[in-house]
Parts: sequence; C-alpha cells; structure tokens
Amino acid sequence: MLDPSNTLNPFAVAVPEIFLAAAICVVLLFEAFFGAKRRGATATLTLFVLVIGAALTVVYANVTQRVVLFDGMYVADPLAYVLKLAGFLIVAWVLLYSRSYLENRDMLKGEYYVLALTALLGIFVLVSADSLLTIYLGVELLALSVYAMVAFDRESGIAAESAMKYFVLGAIASGMLLYGMSIIYGLTGTLSLDGIAAALHSPSDLGVILGLAFIVVAVAFKFGAVPFHMWLPDVYEGAPTSVTLFVGTAPKIAYFALALRLLAYGVPGAAIDWTRMLMPLAVLTLVVGNVVAIVQSNIKRMLAYSTISHVGFIVLGFVAGTQSGYTAALYYMLIYVLMALGAFGVIVLASRKGFEADKLDDYKGMYRRDPLLALAMAMLMFSMAGVPPFVGFWAKLRIIQALWETNHLGLVILSLAVSVVGAFYYLRVVKLMYFDEAPETLPATVRSTGVRFALGINAAAVLVLGILPAPLLDLCSRIIG
Amino acid sequence: MHDHLLSILIWLPIGAGILVLMLGEGNVRAGRWLALLASVATLALCVPLWQDFSTHTAAYQFVEKAAWIPRFHAYYALGVDGISMPLIVLTAFMTIPVIIDGWRVITKRAAQYYAAFMIMEGLMIGVFAATDALLFYFFWEAMLIPMFLIIGIWGGPRRVYATIKFFLYTFLGSVFMLAALIYMYVKAGSYSIAAFQALPLTLTEQRWIFFAFLLAFAVKVPMWPVHTWLPDAHVEAPTGGSVILAAIMLKMGGYGFLRFSLPIAPDACRELNMLIITLSLIAVIYIGFVAIVQPDMKKLIAYSSIAHMGFVTLGAFVVYAIVRASGGLQGAAMGMDGAMVQMVSHGLISGAMFLCVGVLYDRMHSRQIADYGGVVNTMPIFAAFMVLFALANTGLPGTSGFVGEFLVILASFKAGFWFATLAAVTLILGACYSLWLVKRVVFGPVGNDHVAKLTDLDGREFLILGALAVAVLLVGIWPAPLLKVMEPTIHHLVAQAVATKVPV
Repeated sequence: MLDPSNTLNPFAVAVPEIFLAAAICVVLLFEAFFGAKRRGATATLTLFVLVIGAALTVVYANVTQRVVLFDGMYVADPLAYVLKLAGFLIVAWVLLYSRSYLENRDMLKGEYYVLALTALLGIFVLVSADSLLTIYLGVELLALSVYAMVAFDRESGIAAESAMKYFVLGAIASGMLLYGMSIIYGLTGTLSLDGIAAALHSPSDLGVILGLAFIVVAVAFKFGAVPFHMWLPDVYEGAPTSVTLFVGTAPKIAYFALALRLLAYGVPGAAIDWTRMLMPLAVLTLVVGNVVAIVQSNIKRMLAYSTISHVGFIVLGFVAGTQSGYTAALYYMLIYVLMALGAFGVIVLASRKGFEADKLDDYKGMYRRDPLLALAMAMLMFSMAGVPPFVGFWAKLRIIQALWETNHLGLVILSLAVSVVGAFYYLRVVKLMYFDEAPETLPATVRSTGVRFALGINAAAVLVLGILPAPLLDLCSRIIG
Repeated sequence: MHDHLLSILIWLPIGAGILVLMLGEGNVRAGRWLALLASVATLALCVPLWQDFSTHTAAYQFVEKAAWIPRFHAYYALGVDGISMPLIVLTAFMTIPVIIDGWRVITKRAAQYYAAFMIMEGLMIGVFAATDALLFYFFWEAMLIPMFLIIGIWGGPRRVYATIKFFLYTFLGSVFMLAALIYMYVKAGSYSIAAFQALPLTLTEQRWIFFAFLLAFAVKVPMWPVHTWLPDAHVEAPTGGSVILAAIMLKMGGYGFLRFSLPIAPDACRELNMLIITLSLIAVIYIGFVAIVQPDMKKLIAYSSIAHMGFVTLGAFVVYAIVRASGGLQGAAMGMDGAMVQMVSHGLISGAMFLCVGVLYDRMHSRQIADYGGVVNTMPIFAAFMVLFALANTGLPGTSGFVGEFLVILASFKAGFWFATLAAVTLILGACYSLWLVKRVVFGPVGNDHVAKLTDLDGREFLILGALAVAVLLVGIWPAPLLKVMEPTIHHLVAQAVATKVPV
C-alpha cells in the first residue's frame, strides 16, 4: 500500500507497465534463442510473467487515492489498480485455456504469447490514460496486437478475412476517435482529461457535441455496440477460438476504462449530450444482439451476438449517467468477462485437432461425454441468462437499479423483455447438452487436469459470486464512488 | 435449534441434493436412501415448526436475519407466519411421495433425478420462508432451473418444447416483478417485504406494481389466459415433476398475491379487483368445461388444477367485493381462509391425482383415457384410492376439497348472489370431469388385454397414496387446527388489504 503523499518515485505506481514492457522483451528474446528447441517453454514463461506481474501490481500499484504522473499523461487510481490486476488474471486464464488448442494446431509459437502481452500492455496504457494522447496510444497498441492475433493461423482463409475486416473497420474507428479528440482539443486547448473536464461546462455547445459524436462512435465501435457491431460476429467466428477467447474478454476491460475516462470523467459537463447519444445505441444493441443470436447455428457466432447484447447492458449503465450507473457498468463488465472467459474456455476445451466444436450441434449430449464441461457450460449459460443463483443475475439487477434511480421506465422494461428473449438461446445450449443424445462420432474433450481445474474455478466463481455478491459489489462501488 | 430451524429446512434438502449428485450414478442406491432420509428428516423438522408456532400473533416467527448485501440493505432474512408455515409443511410433506414414487420407475440418470428434487425442495421452502424480497426472488427464480431440467430430462416426447415454454413463460412473468421490487427498493431503501408493505405509494405507482406482480403471479397460479404453459408442462413432465408443479409451484402464485399484491398495492387491488374476480370465474367455469373434454388424464387434471386455483384468487380478492356490497368486513377473512385451505387441499389432491395417473402410466405407458376401462377389476385397491381422490377433487364433504371451496363460496355470497352462483358451478363441473374420468378409467368392464394384465398397487405405492388419503381426509374432517394457525395472519392481511396506502 502506497501513500501518494510520499510517492517520490513516480515510477513505483507504474511498475505493472514497466515490468510488462521489460518482460515482453525478455519473452521475445527467450523465444528467439530457446523457442525452437522447446516448444512449450515460452508459454510457461509467459504464465510466470503474468503471475509475477499480478504480484507486483498488488505490491506497488495498490493506491488508495488518485495519483497523476508524467505531466498529466498517466493516472493511477483504485480503478486502474483493480482493472490491471484483473487484466493479469484474465490473460493468465486465457493462455492457460488456450495451450492445448494452440499445440494441436501448430500455433504454439512465442509470437502468439508476445502479442498477447503487448495487447495487455495496451490495455494497461488505456486503463491508466489521463490524456487524449495516452488514450490513443493504448487503443492502437491493443488494437494492432489483436489484429495480428486474429490472423495468427496463417493457413486459415477465414481468419485472414476476419482480421482484414477487423483492421479496416478498426482503422476507421481510430480515425473517428482522433477526429473527435482533435475537435475537443481545438475547443479546449488541452489534451489532459482533467483539463478538458475543467474547461467544458456548457453542455449544448455545437462543437462539443460534434466532437463527442465522433468519440461516441469510436467507443461504440470498440465495444461492438449496434450499429457499429458488424466486425464483431465475423471476428469471433473467424478467429481461432483461443483468440476469440482473448478478444472476447481482456480488451473489454480497456474499452470500459476508455468509455469511463473519456466520457464520464473527461466530459462530465456534457453528460446530458452523450447519454442521449448512447441511449439509442443501447436500445439497438440490446434488441439486435438478443434477437439475432437466436438464429445462429455456430456457437461462437451466437456468443458474439450474446456479447453484443451484454454490451447493451453495459452501455445502459453509462446511459444512466450517474455514479451508480458507472458502478453497475463496471460490475457488469467484470461479470461479463468472467462468464465469457468460461464460455469460450469450454469451446476451446471441447475442440480437438481437426474439430473446432464451434457448431451448436457439437454440444449434443455433452453431459455424457464430459459431465464437468457440460455442468460448467450450463452454469455459465444460466448465468448469462441472468437466472439466480448465478452471478449474471446481480449484474442485470445492478443495471436495472441504476436505471430506476434515473427513472428510465422504458429502458427497464426493454432490458427485461430482451433478457427473456435472450434466455431462449442460452437455454438451447443447455437443452443440447442435457436433453439430447450425443452422436457417436464426436471426439473426446481436453482431459488435462490443470486446465479443467482452472475451468472449475471459473465456473465455481460464477456460483459463489452469485450466492455472496456483496464483496464484488462493494469493491465496484468503492472504486467508482 | 429454533433459531435456525428455517435455515435447516432450506439447506438440509439442498445439501442432501448436492451430496446425492456427488455420489453419482454409480451409487444410486445410496443416493436414493439419502434423499429419502433427508426428505423425511425435513418433514420431521416441520413438527417443531408446527408445534411451537404461536397462533396468537400475526408477526413473523422463527425469525432469522443475517447481513447478505449490506450495501443494498438486503438481508438473509427468514420468518414464517400463518400463511407461509402451512405451505412449508405442505412442501416437505409432498416431496416424500415424489422421492418414493421414483424409487423403481426412474432408471435413467437417477442420481440427478433425486438431486434435482431435493434441491428443488430446499428452494421452494426458501421461497415461502424469505421475508426479504430479494431473497424471495432469488429462490423464486433459482427454482426454475431444477424444474427445467426435470421436465427436459425425464419428460415425455415433447418435453423440450414443454420445458422451454414453461421456463420462458414463468421467466417473463418474474422479471417484471423484479422491476417492481427494485423500484420499491429505490424508494424504500430496503428490500424487506415489511418495508414494502409499509411504503406509501400513489395510485399510479400501485397500478404499475400491481400489474407487474399480476404478470408474475398469474403465470404461476396460473390464471386464464396465461395458463397455456401448464397443460404442456404437466403432460410432458415425469410424475414427480407434475406432483411438485401442481402441489407446490402453483401455490407460489397464490402465496404471492397474499404476500405481495394485497398488502403492497391495496388501493390498486381495490380498484382492479373485478379484473381478478372475473379472470378467476372464467378459470373456474370455462377451464372446467375445457377439462371435461380432455382425452389425456394428465391434461384433464392440469385443467382441473387451473379451475381449482381460480378459487384461490377468487377467495383472495373477493374481500373488496364484500366491502363494496355490505360495507363491512364480515366474511372477508372467510374468503382468504378459503383461499389458503384450498391451496393446501389442492396441493394434496392434485398431487395424489398425478400419482394415481403415474401408477397407471408406469404399468401401461399411456395416459389416454381411451386406453383404459374397468381398472377396478384388476386393481381394486388402486381404484378405491382413485375414487377417493376424484371425489375429493369434486369437493365432497369430508374431504379437504370441500372446506376450501365451501369457505370461498360462502364468502362470495356476502359479495353478491351471482358471484357465489357462478363460483358454485364448479361443484357441477368438478363432478363432471372427475367422475366421468373415474367412470371411463376405473369402472365398467375390462377395456382391453393390457388392462386385464394389470397388477394392483405394491407396498410402496400403497404407502404414498395411503398417506395422502389420510391427509386429505384429515384436513377435510378436522380443518380447525389449520384455520387456527392462519387466523391472526389472515386478520392482519384483511386489515392490510382494505387499508389505503396513498400518501395524503
């Protein structure tokens, strides 16, 4: 625990980033010298890096107050601390799940791990950004790493196609972001978010609204909010499942921080404007995500649309535009990442060499083939549908509470109605796994004990946090409030 | 032990269920015995619950309270009063026949079967025991998961359709109740049901809340016209699932009206009471007619359940019609007494009827009435039971079915002649469908070769039907203890229902 008053060395709170940057170099060199001889060594080393990074974060970055460093470019606060810690853990879990998947497809290469770590560094930069410049730096570092990861399977045409799509659309979004930022900069003359917040009081200034519109579009694109969602199902479906697992989880932390720092903290004066812009996005996202998911036959694509619908809920937290709303959005985001980690993890574990397990029908009779995997998946599906005793219920409850506090009756009704629609396709997965009999031809799932243990913890967390939701709810309130 | 009696009642079955699940399919024998032991122990624990329940107060008893989510002022708060306690006992009682019924019949994934029912039992007791709205909702929704699996795994040919319909229907109803609960939390700053009951609400707010609750509870009861999931669910569910569905889960709708709708939105209830009364009478009469023509035994009993549950909602809301007609409260408590007794009685009778159908189904693998005939010739003991329960279903004096219906009809008379007359039509319709069912299935010459080969009840079946018969007769002949237990709570409830909560 560091007291900010005697933080003489500004580098101390930035230890997670510094360590990670150094570790990336080490992993890269290690791969260059030893990687070819011992295939799995880089993977193991990366896991060590993540564990040590998490430990260092706890020791050095655990601030209790807001600390602004490096001439207002960088901020360390409890939010950044929690999100960085979560980032280390999530990526560690992702890489743990992915290992045998990569091994089976001859993708267990050091570059994969280096890219994952650079993406994580991008996430950290975004999470701690306190200036428009830092934000852009983080966005690009994260995005470029992820584009490369999506295209990592060189043999796969569909992966290359989705990476291309992702890259082109992502570049347009980056352009939007830069354009919006330049307008805001032009109006305020500062890049610092604190400076912007202090300078922009009047809501309905046309210039501000114009700048905000571009920024909102960019944020919506990054999150995958309708109508800027087109890349998301294609990327989720086209990328190797281990990459989908990565794309679907860790970056969400960063984009949440992006939205929070840029909109809620950066231009609180214009909250009325950007909440109005977000509201139709949220409505469209909820409806399209849930309805289109119903007709999917590919589980990765179905979960992509389910992601879109969850994004709708997260955006609803921002629409509320209050501390309570941001808390709800943060809580929802963390819970969503936990659930997505498990769900995509199950897909990764169910697939074998030459069998992607990405069709819904591949889950028929899963209960008999692999009871643990089926149980975990069923818990995750019920949780995503928002049924107690699983944690997804609290995430939805918290959002609805924030909406009631701001008297959004229409949004309350809409969000509940679409959750019922959403329940249908989650139930279908349970139905396939538990009510149908398996065809004989399906191959066995991954049996490695360590990975299954990790999945067990993942699924148990969904149940335990559902029965005892207080600690995480408290944590979220504390770091926002 | 009294300090934690309700907690034990909830978590003992759930713990046993998880243990059975962990024992796995390899140890079904042990799992079965464990489930039976736990369910019997749960019922045994209901003895002190009943014994030490004070009949002099409307306050919650056996109260427990522990912090759950301090930030939301949500507590793990349990307690029982005169309306929840009998339903808890009913739940514990009805789970045992279900466990015994599955003993030899369930061969597929048996450990999961017993685990699902044990977990279900704990969750259902939790619904009745919760005095915190969030905890109530938590149990209320969690309960859907085991039921979804029970129908989906062990059900009939159209089980997937039926179970998804069941889940989505009830889920749709419940989420709007959740919206109402969160709205009241934002106003009251607490999730305690008592705080909601004391919260002043304008008529407009009450109307919204009333409809949100109506959606949740009407689907569960189920009331016409949102009853269509029930026949499907009943027909496809395994016998045990049907029993729990009819005996306990439907009661949650009635319980919800008494616990939430009436005390929380009394002004809206007063304003809209004719809506509920009309829907109830439609259920009693129209669904009664629908029941008559059913060719499937389970479907027939399912429709008869809807008709009987119409009496529960009628009894609960007739209080407003009584006040309007007579200006006084005389007879109002009688309507609610009737509603409560009807719930307990219907729980016993419908459960017994479904078990009877189960007995036949296990032998013949058919639920079609046309496939039977003259069962009395080969199964005389079974026939005696079936006739008894069918008569109880028609409301024969001396059986529990009589008490509830009689009280509600009597209360309806205070409200107006036509209310009572329409409600009393059930006595004719009930006799029609129940007795005609018995006539076609049980009596007459032996229908076909399969019936001729039927064997009578074995000891296990005799035990469960016998126990239910005793309970049906006991409540029918001597309902006084049950009424006495409920009395203070019902009086308190009537006072709450006729009070006004609109802030001046």
